[in-house]
Amino acid sequence: MIDPLALAVALPLLGALAITMLPSAARTLGLLAALATTAAALWVTLLVWGGGAPRSELGGWGTPLGIALRADGLAAALLTMANVVGLAVSVHATGYFGATAASRHFWPLWLLLWTALNGLFLAADLFHLYVMLELMGLSAAALGALSGTREAAQASLRYLLVGLLGSMTYLLGVALVYTAYGSLDLALVAGAMTPGPVAWAAGALLIGALLLKSALFPMHFWLPPAHANAPAPVSAVLSALVVKAAVYLVLRFWLELCDGIATEAAGLLLGMLGAAAVLWGSWRALRAERLKLLAAYSTVAQIGYLFLFFPLLAATPAGPERDQLITALVLLALTHGFAKAGFFLAAGLVQKSTGHDRIRELGGAAQSLPAVTFALGLAGVALIGLPPSGTFFAKWVLLARAITLGQWWWVPVVMVGTLLAAGYVFRVLARAFTREPTPRCFVTDARTEVPALLLAILAALGMGLAAHPLTVLLGTGG
Amino acid sequence: MNLDPYLPLAILLSSALPGTLIFFLREESHRLRTTLNMAGALVKLALVAWMIWGVFHEHVYASRLQLLPGLDLVLRADALAVLFVALSTVLWLVTTIYAIGYLEDSPHRSRFFGFFSLCVSATVGIALSGNLLTFVVFYEILTLATYPLVAHRGTPDADDGARVYLVYTMVGGALLFVGAVWLQSLVGPVDFTQGGMLGSAPAGLHGQFVVIFFVLLAGLGVKAALVPLHGWLPQAMVAPAPVSALLHAVAVVKAGAFGIVRVVYDVYGVEFAHRLGLLTALSVLACVTILYGSLMALSQDGLKKRLAYSTVSQVSYIALGASVLGPIATIGGLVHLVHQGIMKITLFFCAGNYAETLGVHKVSEMNGVGRRMPWTTLAFTVGALGMIGIPPVAGFVTKWYLGVGAAAAGTGWVILVLVASSLLNAAYFLPILYRAWFLPPPARWPDEHVGGGRPMFMGETSPALLWPPLVTALLSLLAGLLAAAPFSPLEWATLIANREYGR
Repeated sequence: MIDPLALAVALPLLGALAITMLPSAARTLGLLAALATTAAALWVTLLVWGGGAPRSELGGWGTPLGIALRADGLAAALLTMANVVGLAVSVHATGYFGATAASRHFWPLWLLLWTALNGLFLAADLFHLYVMLELMGLSAAALGALSGTREAAQASLRYLLVGLLGSMTYLLGVALVYTAYGSLDLALVAGAMTPGPVAWAAGALLIGALLLKSALFPMHFWLPPAHANAPAPVSAVLSALVVKAAVYLVLRFWLELCDGIATEAAGLLLGMLGAAAVLWGSWRALRAERLKLLAAYSTVAQIGYLFLFFPLLAATPAGPERDQLITALVLLALTHGFAKAGFFLAAGLVQKSTGHDRIRELGGAAQSLPAVTFALGLAGVALIGLPPSGTFFAKWVLLARAITLGQWWWVPVVMVGTLLAAGYVFRVLARAFTREPTPRCFVTDARTEVPALLLAILAALGMGLAAHPLTVLLGTGG
Repeated sequence: MNLDPYLPLAILLSSALPGTLIFFLREESHRLRTTLNMAGALVKLALVAWMIWGVFHEHVYASRLQLLPGLDLVLRADALAVLFVALSTVLWLVTTIYAIGYLEDSPHRSRFFGFFSLCVSATVGIALSGNLLTFVVFYEILTLATYPLVAHRGTPDADDGARVYLVYTMVGGALLFVGAVWLQSLVGPVDFTQGGMLGSAPAGLHGQFVVIFFVLLAGLGVKAALVPLHGWLPQAMVAPAPVSALLHAVAVVKAGAFGIVRVVYDVYGVEFAHRLGLLTALSVLACVTILYGSLMALSQDGLKKRLAYSTVSQVSYIALGASVLGPIATIGGLVHLVHQGIMKITLFFCAGNYAETLGVHKVSEMNGVGRRMPWTTLAFTVGALGMIGIPPVAGFVTKWYLGVGAAAAGTGWVILVLVASSLLNAAYFLPILYRAWFLPPPARWPDEHVGGGRPMFMGETSPALLWPPLVTALLSLLAGLLAAAPFSPLEWATLIANREYGR
């Protein structure tokens, strides 16, 4: 029987191997692998949508020994977003890199990274997750250095070292769990964990490692240079997917492993770090001189919003309200994924057409590429959190819950963050209104511009107006 | 098959779809763009006519889309919504014709008309919103759709004006958002209900309701240009004339004023708001704005700036009508939503004609302009007399109802404000009329394009520029003369007031 879970992880890996053997056909093979992988991921989502809970034991080794993959609503939601973004980035990359030498290096590394991402979303045990985290960190750092500049190499080296530090910390947590509970399967460990020093230490190590990888303030220092100096399609993947995968694991551990162990104080700590990230990231984005650096700092801020949900989750007992919060958190993560990917792809096109991305001097460039400017604008709408983007409704739920719980201090944080975001987005968009002559066509190069525009439209319109299916997928419809 | 639930959505899409398509058009496809624009405007007009008929016969047009549990987008047409929808649809049609003539041969027309249509769609969405969430959604979309129109020219001035506009509206939007979330977290989904929905809430919440009212008012007051939140409006005058016309008469300021009316009548309920003492605060704010706007208008030499301050002043009549308890004042405020719209759009069209044809931008350059452009100046005169409140132009009806309503409610001081404001209106409009009709024209106009290859109409200016102000001036006259006819704005406002006060 064909197993869609295994396919979603194996297809990109096969693609990477095939390209390594036949580098001259890199683009064709890469695009084929991208299409096949996305199809497999959507198949998994359809299974979950139909009420299934697919699970597969690789090689026939059952729990607790073997490696298992499984999908639930949360995994399926993130998997779908990551694969749609992945496909769009792949199509974009065929045009962006063309047939240059960078293209030959890009494709195998990107498909390895894709393998790691799908593996992270679907893995059912802690050690398998560790392997995928390492694969993700290594391939991401290598991709970040692709542009070959001195800054990119430096930033990627730092990224690599931070990633290794994170992985080692994570491994320590895994060892502790295995010693204490004799299993690595997520479900089994979750059942065995009881509040106590061992559980707290293990939880702190696992989540702490992932916080480093998700660049939560003040552990964000490595992110802006790494994301800003990578080639644009790589930046898109790093910002939209790689940090999001780490946040996904934090959420999963928080909800499953640490249910009953995580205290309100821990939630409050995460929330405060998130608030600091929102304010600091937005402020730095507002001051950034380069478009891609702006986008990178914006990611720091957007990750912060996701962590604002944790103190509210910790204070809300299981029930419809908590489900609503989780839905909003996922909605925010997905919307940001689409928006940031679209934003980076568009920023890359601006950089390509002008040869630089200094915001102050963008004038004519933005004007001459209407589709790209629209992509920046629509993605910007989602980053600010204006309607009808998914971010708007997620923020609505976040603030409503905060007010109901009496934690009103999150309200000014979110609103100041929103206004700062409006500031940094419109700082870019204002450059689009110059007295340059009108360009001839809306779209100049369909292969690179259309994916960026579609991602931005998905973020600004699709995720907001079509939020309902997400509640069905997550099983939080109430 | 019952098509009623789809009617509000169809009205929304009749401008949003053509608008979206226009973005993708090449700049040269002038004919296709015009066809799309006009088709959208006419289809919308037909749909709205159908809706007016239906709402009069108490049909219910509502559709609902659930996003998340407890968060629904609701489009619903009640009598108040129809008033605003009809106004924006009619004025969109004339403004589109005007804009096609005005922007002939200027760059970036696809972008302009795309956002222009989205702007009207957002306005109609605001009108048809059935709950506070939907209202906030369209209110923010309106900000997004108008920003590119204000920045359209791309000059440093336009850049500054657009930035100021954005800062004001973004902060206003954020406040409105907080107020809406706060209210919804107290009482659940806030559906607009005739007679209000908060009156039955427990008394312990009343304190918070008062605070929320002022938060919402601050958010709405930015667009409605209530003093001291009006600073963006004179700055936004850098936009092309059709945009100014649309912003001032239909879209932005009206969205704010309409929101205030919705909050007072359909969220709080006018009697409940009165019990909380909110109406007095709103009256004072409205009166201060009315007087301040008129005083500032006196000293402006730029014609568009003078009109802008006049807008600041006039829009607050709507808030004033909402803030005086009693159906008569309500009618006065509601009908001014329409009357101010048709009169102010006339004035802006005329100002645009002077600027486009003769290069006249300042009041001091308007000597004898009535001899050179008699038809435009005639339309301007009708609009100006209406603003002062001289019968039989529509503005008189508004002031009459507001005054009688204030007397009936026992707030006589409002009448003093009305009188003072009318005198001020006369003081800043009559000198313009005097200059235009009675002073000799200069030897040369600042920047006259005679002909320029364009067809001229009655020797004045191109027909696409002349017809719209003539039509709206005629409408302003008819709205006053035929105020008692069925389906006149006044009759419709009376219908709304009767339904709000439950008679």
